[in-house]
Amino acid sequence: MFARLPETGAEAVVVAIDGADFEARAGDSVAAALLASGRLASRATPVSGAPRGPFCLMGVCFDCLITIDGVPNQRACMVEVAPGMRIDTQQGAPPLGTGAA
Amino acid sequence: MKTCDVAVIGAGPAGLVAATTATSLGLSATVFDESASPGGQIYRAVTTTPVRRPELLGVDYWHGANLVRPFRASGAEYLPATTVWAAARGAEAFDLGVSGGRPGTRIGGTFAARTLLVATGAIERPLPFPGWTLPGVMTAGAVQGLLKSSALVPAGRVVLAGSGPLLWQVAWQLASAGVAIDRVLETIPRGRLAEAMRHAPGFMFSTYLARGLELIRAVRRRTDVVEHVAELQARGDGRVESVRFAVDGEWTEVPADLVVISHGVVPNVHLPAALGCGLEWNPDQSAFQPVADAWGGTTEEGVYVAGDVAGIAGAQAAEARGRLAALAIANALGRIDAARRDALAAPAQRALATALRGRRFLDALYRPSPEFLRPRGAVPVCRCEEVTADAAREAVRDGAVTLHALKSATRCGMGPCQGRSCLATAAELLADELGADCAALAPPSIRFPLRPVTLAEVAAWPSRADAEACVVRGE
Repeated sequence: MFARLPETGAEAVVVAIDGADFEARAGDSVAAALLASGRLASRATPVSGAPRGPFCLMGVCFDCLITIDGVPNQRACMVEVAPGMRIDTQQGAPPLGTGAA
Repeated sequence: MKTCDVAVIGAGPAGLVAATTATSLGLSATVFDESASPGGQIYRAVTTTPVRRPELLGVDYWHGANLVRPFRASGAEYLPATTVWAAARGAEAFDLGVSGGRPGTRIGGTFAARTLLVATGAIERPLPFPGWTLPGVMTAGAVQGLLKSSALVPAGRVVLAGSGPLLWQVAWQLASAGVAIDRVLETIPRGRLAEAMRHAPGFMFSTYLARGLELIRAVRRRTDVVEHVAELQARGDGRVESVRFAVDGEWTEVPADLVVISHGVVPNVHLPAALGCGLEWNPDQSAFQPVADAWGGTTEEGVYVAGDVAGIAGAQAAEARGRLAALAIANALGRIDAARRDALAAPAQRALATALRGRRFLDALYRPSPEFLRPRGAVPVCRCEEVTADAAREAVRDGAVTLHALKSATRCGMGPCQGRSCLATAAELLADELGADCAALAPPSIRFPLRPVTLAEVAAWPSRADAEACVVRGE
């Protein structure tokens, strides 16, 4: 539940979040784009499957782990959006052999 | 591989001033910053913010631009979106393992530096309470960062909870931006103000006093503030939907779409700890901090700390400590003699003394209550491995009587955040179960890499003869 202040002056950057186009802004982190799109959760934990979302937004807590352009477990708060970026929320522990930790 | 005189890790007020000072004395400096632009958390995005109404962020925020300008002109090398995930002492210099902020996308390889200036700042104090892992519960720093970097503000029903200067600053910024805050739940226990008053004379001369009172008054005019909240719960199915809170044993539940929590900040000590720097428990701030002298020199030769990583003292103190550490490094590297160091240091020492006025009052007033510091029950203490307070306490009773043993027994601190979110709480629970003081605990053992890295990043790390000798190779 976040809203953009009017007249920010930042350019639009279109990304795909779980397959749906979303207009983020230049300078947004992936986490900011996710929250701006109305989503609070970025993943389900590998331990219990509990939903988690951005918490600290400064790279400390690792709760906003998300798949970016096919690479899983990226800190959404530490990566800036780029045009055409594919952002996919994660569900629990990934199957073995799907990419980097 | 080129070797710089000083590697500065972090580009908040301490790192920026340190790098600017070091280069002004003829040292070569490289600044490694995990963020995309300089400023640290306090001045986050100060050169890039899309917020078009400067008054929303407050005058203190824009001061950051006064630090970035001379830094940019200083000639110091600046590497944004870059993480230092390892450091090792070599014969001539420290080798740093460095990567782009996005694992696997850019291997920065290794850098070498004759001295290290750790200015990694603070992290928000993670205080577990039931429901604190639900999506929609976020830290005050997180919400402030969204405003600064992306001009995003909370919408819907917003509840703030906790205590401390950051809570009020964020409440003021959000209110100024037109956000309707449903409640501010302040967790200062009854009687605490009277206790803190013995430090009040120092605070009367604090530069924070007038500004702080002004913020608090402005928020109180617009928002319902509940005092002496002793217990807190976030509730919801898959995301936060309400907050329950208790005052004097009486519970109230209010709907909430976003819960913003703040209980102050603690030093971000992982890098100095992994470098072998001694840590000590600061009882006034309930947190570990590096053992350091008045210049920021640690127990490890060539490793200096400046800013809030050296103990929480705020942004003004960070500037002074950054300058002092840079002067000490210039002296250690033979660039200036001790007399010149001392002469150059005098204004910074005075500025530091001024900035520290009133800190003890703030520490005493805003120290979280024991109930918040030492939780019980099924509340997750370690967010990554989902270790509950009860599980941690039980492990201590079963014989895990050190932080290290507690980690081995429960995985508390073994997840991707590597204990940043649970270290302070683990220490409190351990001390509580042992009936000991946190100051009596052996500090945590922190090891590189400082964040999860790919095998490709590890492979880029230069191997050394002594390390290779440790490996038994099959025929």
